[in-house]
Amino acid sequence: MTTARTKQPGTQSAAVPLTTRPSLLASAGVRKLGLTVLGWSVACVIFFPIFWMVLTGFKTEAAAIADPSLIFSPTLESYQEVHDRTGYASFAINSVVVAFGSTLLALLIAIPSAYSMAFLPTRRTKGTLLWMLSTKMLPPVGVLMPIYLIFRDVGLLDTRTGLIIVYTLMNLPIVVWMLYTFFKDMPKDILEAGRMDGASTLQEVLFLLMPLTLPGIASTGLLSVILSWNEAFWSLNLTSSNAAPLTAYIASFSSPEGLFWAKLSAASTMAIAPILVLGWMTQKQMVRGLTFGAVK
Amino acid sequence: MNKTRASGRTVGGLRTLSLQAPAVTLLLMWMLVPLGMTLWFSFQRYNLLMPGMTGFAGLENYQYLFTDPALWSAMGTTLLLVGWVLAITVVGGTLLAVLFQQEFAGRGIARVLAISPFFVMPTVSALVWKNMMMHPSNGVLSWVAESFGLPAVDWFSSLPLTSIIIIVAWQWLPFALLILLTAMQSLDEDQVEAARMDGAGPVAIFFFITLPHLKRAISVVIMIEMIFLLTIFAEIFVTTSGGPGLATTNLAYLIYIRALLDFDVGMASAGGVVAIVLANIVAIFLVRMVARNLED
Repeated sequence: MTTARTKQPGTQSAAVPLTTRPSLLASAGVRKLGLTVLGWSVACVIFFPIFWMVLTGFKTEAAAIADPSLIFSPTLESYQEVHDRTGYASFAINSVVVAFGSTLLALLIAIPSAYSMAFLPTRRTKGTLLWMLSTKMLPPVGVLMPIYLIFRDVGLLDTRTGLIIVYTLMNLPIVVWMLYTFFKDMPKDILEAGRMDGASTLQEVLFLLMPLTLPGIASTGLLSVILSWNEAFWSLNLTSSNAAPLTAYIASFSSPEGLFWAKLSAASTMAIAPILVLGWMTQKQMVRGLTFGAVK
Repeated sequence: MNKTRASGRTVGGLRTLSLQAPAVTLLLMWMLVPLGMTLWFSFQRYNLLMPGMTGFAGLENYQYLFTDPALWSAMGTTLLLVGWVLAITVVGGTLLAVLFQQEFAGRGIARVLAISPFFVMPTVSALVWKNMMMHPSNGVLSWVAESFGLPAVDWFSSLPLTSIIIIVAWQWLPFALLILLTAMQSLDEDQVEAARMDGAGPVAIFFFITLPHLKRAISVVIMIEMIFLLTIFAEIFVTTSGGPGLATTNLAYLIYIRALLDFDVGMASAGGVVAIVLANIVAIFLVRMVARNLED
């Protein structure tokens, strides 16, 4: 990949739409070629910092700060050191526990709520949904002080439990909303039929609703995991050493003393890889949750 | 929406209540308790470093806050940051959505590459950009500049806010792209084809068909981004710590300084109230849009 030099195709961008009149097959071919070049150049420029980071993770510290180069002898030295010396694993465990813990908790609380909103709507349902959305608008800095003081007084500072509580509540509105839009898309007749056969609410939810909307529930859960994993306001302010997840651990590389680019890159690559893959998998469904159903 | 089964009405009322109770109660507490405390603290003389001096302060905190030049500087920085990032991501996101909507070879993979930055945790993106991209002597950008015979830029000391804007825009451009690309899927291809038959060029099609179609999705993107951008924190925390001077201290970072560096609970809370008010102005518009969407 000659990603570093992708500037040139940009100059063609203005010319591409003008030269395209899909009257001739040949010009359609040229158009497609132009679009391919342009599309890939833009994608590579945007992706470049991530690509470069992954690459740097396989360099030695000396090679990492040398002149940018694609040719080097790859080494796992930095990965080894990040693992041995900085205790990467304990931070990763914190991230996993907090992200999955808060997601499970949020789903558990949100499923009954979204179920009743989708299938037993009352006059207040719409208001409740919008109010839940509005709680998401509360800027975290606005309530930093109270949360910090409460956590200090009840001993939740720098604990995984504390972070799980905050992340559950932080993501709850999004989880309810997203589940609600998925539940609403499900035909009501099926639940109706189940009820005719004498299914209780619990049976209805467990044996009809959940299996049928599993893809929706799964992508809702994944979005919640992604948002918790990447959250960096509360994790930086409420944890120090015991419960610090990866966002806070990576922040510890910001000290100006040493330039440990290779280690920073190796640690970062490990920290973002799982979430990047999850993100790629769920990008389409995620839009619902991120826009509160306003864009589907 | 409320025209459900007649039987669901009476029984549903009770059931709805019990099903929604956990989510609603928790969110209500999450919202009201810290909000109430922030408001209360903002009228108190309360500094954790001066335990003796407590009591009702009236409007003192607000008076200090609003006469503090740091607040106005932070407001300006917040505005610049939000404004520029919005401009870059919305214009760029729209253009990219149009580009990635076209058929070309390997489009799926190119799309995935282009939306990836959104899934990278903020501390990683900020540090990768600060070190490997923007480092004055060893960064990729200075290497590119030098190979074109241009002088290298010392990004974080000469253009601190611009550097932050670039990093944040890089993170949020994929968000705009993802949402707008999803909105594009519902664009009526026949309409575009008909316009093309009538001799409309790509530019006319973009301005008279695509852009009006994307109008709502664009406003959703603007509002959701605004809510998050108003309180950008981690990117500043790991790169500039608000400096040099106050050059990159936005409202969120200023509140953080007052809260967890000065331990001035009263002042921090007054700042928190200001942040909440600002966010709510945006939130009202967003909630209204979503409400309108809920009708159909």
